[in-house]
Amino acid sequence: MGAYIVRRLLQSVIVVIGVTLVSFLALQAGGDPTYLFVSERASLEEIEAARQALGFDRPLHVQYLSFVGDLTRGDFGQSLSYRQPAMEIVLEALPATIELTLFAMICALLLAIPLGVLAAINRGTAWDGSITTMSMLGQSIPSFWMGIMMILFFGLYIRLFPISGHVPFLAPLMAGDFGTAFANLPRTIYHLVLPGIAVGTYSLARNTRLVRSSLLEVLEQDYVRTARSKGLPEMRVLVHHALRNAWLPVVTIIGLEFGFLLGGVVVVETVFSYPGIGRLLFAAINQRDIPLVQAGVILLAGIFTLLNLVVDLVYVRLDPRVKLAGGRG
Amino acid sequence: MSEHSGDAMVLDTPRGSGFRLELARAVRVMVAARWPVFAVVFLGVAAIAALFGSWLSPFDPNRQNLLLRLAEPMATGPDGGTFWLGSDALGRDVFSRLLYGARVSLTVGFAAIAVGGTIGIVAGLLAGYFGGWVDDVIMRLGDIQLAFPFILLAIMFLVVLGSGVWNLILVLGVGQWVTYARIVRADTLSLREKEFVEAARALGDSTPSIIFRTILPNILAPLTVIASFNVASVILSEAALSFLGLGVPPDIPTWGSMLAESRDTLVANKWWLAVFPGVAIMLTVLSFNILGDWLRDFLDPRLRERM
Repeated sequence: MGAYIVRRLLQSVIVVIGVTLVSFLALQAGGDPTYLFVSERASLEEIEAARQALGFDRPLHVQYLSFVGDLTRGDFGQSLSYRQPAMEIVLEALPATIELTLFAMICALLLAIPLGVLAAINRGTAWDGSITTMSMLGQSIPSFWMGIMMILFFGLYIRLFPISGHVPFLAPLMAGDFGTAFANLPRTIYHLVLPGIAVGTYSLARNTRLVRSSLLEVLEQDYVRTARSKGLPEMRVLVHHALRNAWLPVVTIIGLEFGFLLGGVVVVETVFSYPGIGRLLFAAINQRDIPLVQAGVILLAGIFTLLNLVVDLVYVRLDPRVKLAGGRG
Repeated sequence: MSEHSGDAMVLDTPRGSGFRLELARAVRVMVAARWPVFAVVFLGVAAIAALFGSWLSPFDPNRQNLLLRLAEPMATGPDGGTFWLGSDALGRDVFSRLLYGARVSLTVGFAAIAVGGTIGIVAGLLAGYFGGWVDDVIMRLGDIQLAFPFILLAIMFLVVLGSGVWNLILVLGVGQWVTYARIVRADTLSLREKEFVEAARALGDSTPSIIFRTILPNILAPLTVIASFNVASVILSEAALSFLGLGVPPDIPTWGSMLAESRDTLVANKWWLAVFPGVAIMLTVLSFNILGDWLRDFLDPRLRERM
């Protein structure tokens, strides 16, 4: 157990180093990065001066080390378009993105579990058929198109939910202003409904299938048959015997889920003009504001890595078999 | 992996008759399941659109017609033609653009799988066959990559490398290799110790020959399942990246960029600009997903028996 945790921690450290390396190389891959930082009318001397000032004339490995050194001090560079520290801007947008991601994830899981169970215990019936068909469909719809369709539908036909805007909940909460935070909460959720559906549909579909297949597998195990032949009521078999083991694979994917959702969030935020990291990244991409892109990507990848680490460690506690396997892979 | 295919390699059975039987069974299972037939038919249509789009399209997809902007579906276009699916904000024919979009989506989808699959298969074979530090380095690299939400990686590289079909294929392809490498590695690990591989070794075959001619053919089947699901997710990613403006150059119509353009006219209820490209993406992705599902059921006898 101890050895597993140490190895898992080491692995996360390597991953974080890899993330910084990729972000660093991304800046270099397009040729001399100096040109991103100087105006188009800059003279050769000005460019050379900027190159030296920014340190791009040094060997690559020195640049990388100083890049990492800056990161450990919390310096992610200056945003080119905002003329402010890049990480400050990204952190400001983070709560909105977390709200959307969490909302979509919780809703998707809360719906996926009963739907998956319903499909599994009614296997081969019309229930199963329609649930699996719907989830197949849900996995095939691009999240941003889902968003566009909802803007079309709710913006023009049924004005039930707002098609843009955001009411902060986490930001005042973290600032210690609980009154404002909880007063905002209903409106926060109200504004999250449409982007949440757009982001969460894919997850809902995938998790429903996962819960279904995972439960089907468990239901065929000997101990479930034993429980049934003991004459236990079906509900008890399901809750006490089958579901307990069926939800292990579901826990594993929660960490990965965040990564999947993030892909959707980045694009869906743009569709709904939602003021999170996704829309920020989109704007930064269009303005070629590389330091801002780097800060956003490193932050999101860092959160993702941390979350996966936590999930893996929780998993060890849930499933004793992991210890025996030594946790490889 | 079944023992049977391993033996077949050693005995070098002629596969003609067996192959035909398998094909007949494949068609039978497919027809019985119904949905895969729809998938194959739709993908056939999409493939025809991709290959012959330039002959089939009623208009040049980039031909603007400012007098006939935002025409509704079935409206009369220039030269007495019909805008079957309407025209966009520049008066370009949506149907023609949709046909050309199929070309980008399918080309990028298949090419990215070819790139990612090749890298992944080679990496997985090496990791599984040699083990040790080779295995460690390759699989840890894979871990690092998976720790990075793929879309962020793609965004990062496309911003820096610049957009374009080749960069798109490269980034989407490289994004997929880990999946293949993991499966190939696991299969190679188990096959490495099998008798027919021992036999090849005893006969003095070279290592590359053992890896690529003895082991590789026996691990390809499950990869077709992965590839099918993968094409679906690559097409989704391509659409998302095109939507963000990181896809192919603007003069090439894609479904993703059509959707991006549709946003400006959304509140004016020009629904056809937003609906049709999305439906095209959805049906294509759905078809590949259905096909993948069917392939998995077909190839995995354990699942087949349960059907």
